[in-house]
Amino acid sequence: MSSYNILLDVKNLKKYFPVRKGVLRRVVAHVKAVDDIDMYIKEGETLGLVGESGCGKTTTGRTILRLIEPTAGEVRFRSKKLAGQGEEYKEVDVATASRKTLKALRRDMQVIFQDPYSSLNPRMTVGAIVGEPLLVHRVAKGRERENRVRELLGAVGLKPDHMKRYPHEFSGGQRQRIGVARALALDPQLIIADEPVSALDVSIQAQVLNMLEDLQEEFSLTYLFIAHDLSVVKHISDRVAVMYLGKIVELCKTEELFTNPKHPYTEALMSAVPVPDPDYNVERILLEGDVPSPVNPPSGCYFHPRCRYAKDTCKTEAPVYRDLGNEHFATCHFADSLSLRPVRTG
Amino acid sequence: MPLIEVRDLKTYFYTEDGVVRAVDGVDFTIEPEKTLGVVGESGCGKTVAALSVMGLIQTPPGRIETGEILYHRDGKVTDLTGLNPKGREYRSIRGNEIAMIFQEPMTSLNPVYTIGNQIMEAIILHQHLKKKEARKKAIEMLYAVGIPVPEQRVDEYPHQLSGGMRQRAMIAMALSCNPSLLIADEPTTALDVTIEAQVLDLMNGLRENFNTAIQFITHDLGVIAQMADDVVIMYLGKIVERATASEIFHNTKHPYTQGLMNSIPSLATTKKERLIPIKGVVPDPFEVPEGCGFEPRCPQAMEICKTKIPPLKEVASCHLAACWLYE
Repeated sequence: MSSYNILLDVKNLKKYFPVRKGVLRRVVAHVKAVDDIDMYIKEGETLGLVGESGCGKTTTGRTILRLIEPTAGEVRFRSKKLAGQGEEYKEVDVATASRKTLKALRRDMQVIFQDPYSSLNPRMTVGAIVGEPLLVHRVAKGRERENRVRELLGAVGLKPDHMKRYPHEFSGGQRQRIGVARALALDPQLIIADEPVSALDVSIQAQVLNMLEDLQEEFSLTYLFIAHDLSVVKHISDRVAVMYLGKIVELCKTEELFTNPKHPYTEALMSAVPVPDPDYNVERILLEGDVPSPVNPPSGCYFHPRCRYAKDTCKTEAPVYRDLGNEHFATCHFADSLSLRPVRTG
Repeated sequence: MPLIEVRDLKTYFYTEDGVVRAVDGVDFTIEPEKTLGVVGESGCGKTVAALSVMGLIQTPPGRIETGEILYHRDGKVTDLTGLNPKGREYRSIRGNEIAMIFQEPMTSLNPVYTIGNQIMEAIILHQHLKKKEARKKAIEMLYAVGIPVPEQRVDEYPHQLSGGMRQRAMIAMALSCNPSLLIADEPTTALDVTIEAQVLDLMNGLRENFNTAIQFITHDLGVIAQMADDVVIMYLGKIVERATASEIFHNTKHPYTQGLMNSIPSLATTKKERLIPIKGVVPDPFEVPEGCGFEPRCPQAMEICKTKIPPLKEVASCHLAACWLYE
C-alpha cells in the first residue's frame, strides 16, 4: 500500500442502535445499522457507497464523521491540518478522538446532506450560512470572511450578491450549491456527500454532479459519495462499495463492479435499474420479498433468503468479507465460483 | 377508437400571486390497453393533467379553463369537463372506470382502516357486492398483485406493510373494479430499485390480465422505456414532444428531450463521460417566457423562439414536436 495514500481507513466499524421496550425501557434488541465494515478511501478518489433504504449507508457516513458515536471500530484519518512541523500529516482515530481534536478534525472532514431544504437555516442569509464555519473555527472574520464567502459562492456557480438573500429564494439545485459552498469553506480534505442529488430534477442533477467533479479537481478533494442510484454512483465513483443490511457485500473498482460483479446482490441490483432504451429486452433478475428487518436479520448470510444461488451453507454460515485479489472485496461463500451477469454495455 | 382524448386542455390556478398556467393547452390520446408515458420535471404540469382527467382539481384555486376530455365507452362519448366533478355520473366513473394510484402509498392509504376495508369500500360502492363477497374479491385482488398470505394481510393496517407491499395494495384497490384506465402518478419513485422492478413487472403483467390502459406519470426515462408504448414529454404546462416510445428514444427531436437524455448518467457507458446538463433552471411559473418556454435554456434557440410559441406539429411519422427547428 505504498503507491497511493490512504486518507481514511475504516476498520471493524459498528453502530448498533438499542431497541427499548416496556416501562423500564429495557434494551430488548439491537438494530445493527452498521455491522462490522472495513473500507479505505484513497486520497483524491471518490468512493461510492450504494444500497437500498435501511441498509445503513447514511449511518456509515455519519459514524465516520462521528456525528453519531460508533459502537466499536476504528476510523483512521490522515489529517493535514493537525500535522506538526515537518510532518506531512497526522494520523488520528476519529472514533476515539477527544472533543478538542474532533473539533479540529471537522476542518478536514465535511458533509453535504441530501435535503437542501432542511439542511439550511431559513433564518440565516446565505452569506451567514456559508461564512459560519469560518467564524466557528476562527479562520476568518470581517472583511476577510466576506471575501472568502464571495470566493466560495463563485466556486459553486452562484453570484456574490446572493450573499444577502435567504435560502427560500433559491431553487433546489441552487440550495444544494449553497450546501456545497459551506462544506468547502474550511478547505477540507474529505467530503462525505449523503445523497446530494437525489432530491433534484434530472437536468439539475447533472449540473450538480459536474460541479462536484470540477471542485474535486480544483481543490483536490476526496469524496465518500453515498447514493441509492446506481447510475449516478457509477458515473462519479472510482471505486464502489455495495451495502446490504449493515454490511459491505462488495467493494471494488467501478469498472470491475459493473463488468465482473462477484456478489449476487450486486447482480440483482444492477439488473433492476431501468435502462432508458425501449428495445432493451434482457430478462431482469427479480429479487423476491423485501429487505429483512435489521433487528432480526436472517441466519448465515443475510442475503440468502432472496439469493437465487443460495446453498445450504449460506443458511448457517455467515460469509466473511474477503479480498479476491486486485482490490476486489466480496462477502459471499461462492464469490470465486459464481459467474454473474455484468451490466449491459454498449 | 381511443379511450381518452384530451383536446386543448387548460387548467389554471388562481393564486394570490397571480395565475399559474399549470396545464396550458395540452392534447393527447390514450388508446385502450396501451400505456401512455407522461414525462417531465417537477412543476411541468404532468400531475395536474392527470388530476384534470380524474376530476380532482380543487376549485378554487384551480379551474379547467377550456378544452375537452373525451371519454369513449360502449360507443358513447362523454366530455368529462362537462360533468360536475362532485356529481353522480363522475363519481360512478372515478375509482370505477378510471382509477388512480399515487406516489406515496403511506399517505394515500388511510392509516386507521385495514387494507381490506379500504379495498372493499370501492368494491361495495361501485359493484354493489355484499360485504362477504367484497371481502372475497379483496383477497383475490391482493393475491393477484402478489401479496403473500392475502387472507391474513387483508386484515392488516397500512403501517404493518412495507413500502412495496403498500404500493401493491394500492394497485389492488385501483384495479378491484376493473377500470379501463389506470392513472399511475410516479408509482415507484418512493421505492427502492429492487422493489421498483417488482412493481413495474407486476403492472406490466396486470395490464395484460385486466386489459387496462395506463397513464404512467414519471420523471424517470428508464422507467418510461420499460413501460410505455407512447410517450408525451411536458415542459412548463405544454407538450413539447409526443411519439411512440421507440421514436422518442431513438429519434429524439425536441432540444428539451435531448437535454434530458444527455443529463442522465447511463449504466451502459463504459467510460467516465462528462454529463451534458441543461443550463439554467425551469422558469418561475409566474414569469413564463413569451415565446417558447424552453428558449432561455435551449442550446439551439433562434430569434423566432423568443417571441412566438411553436405549435406541436408532425416532424416524422407518428412523431410530433413543438419546436421552430423543424419548421
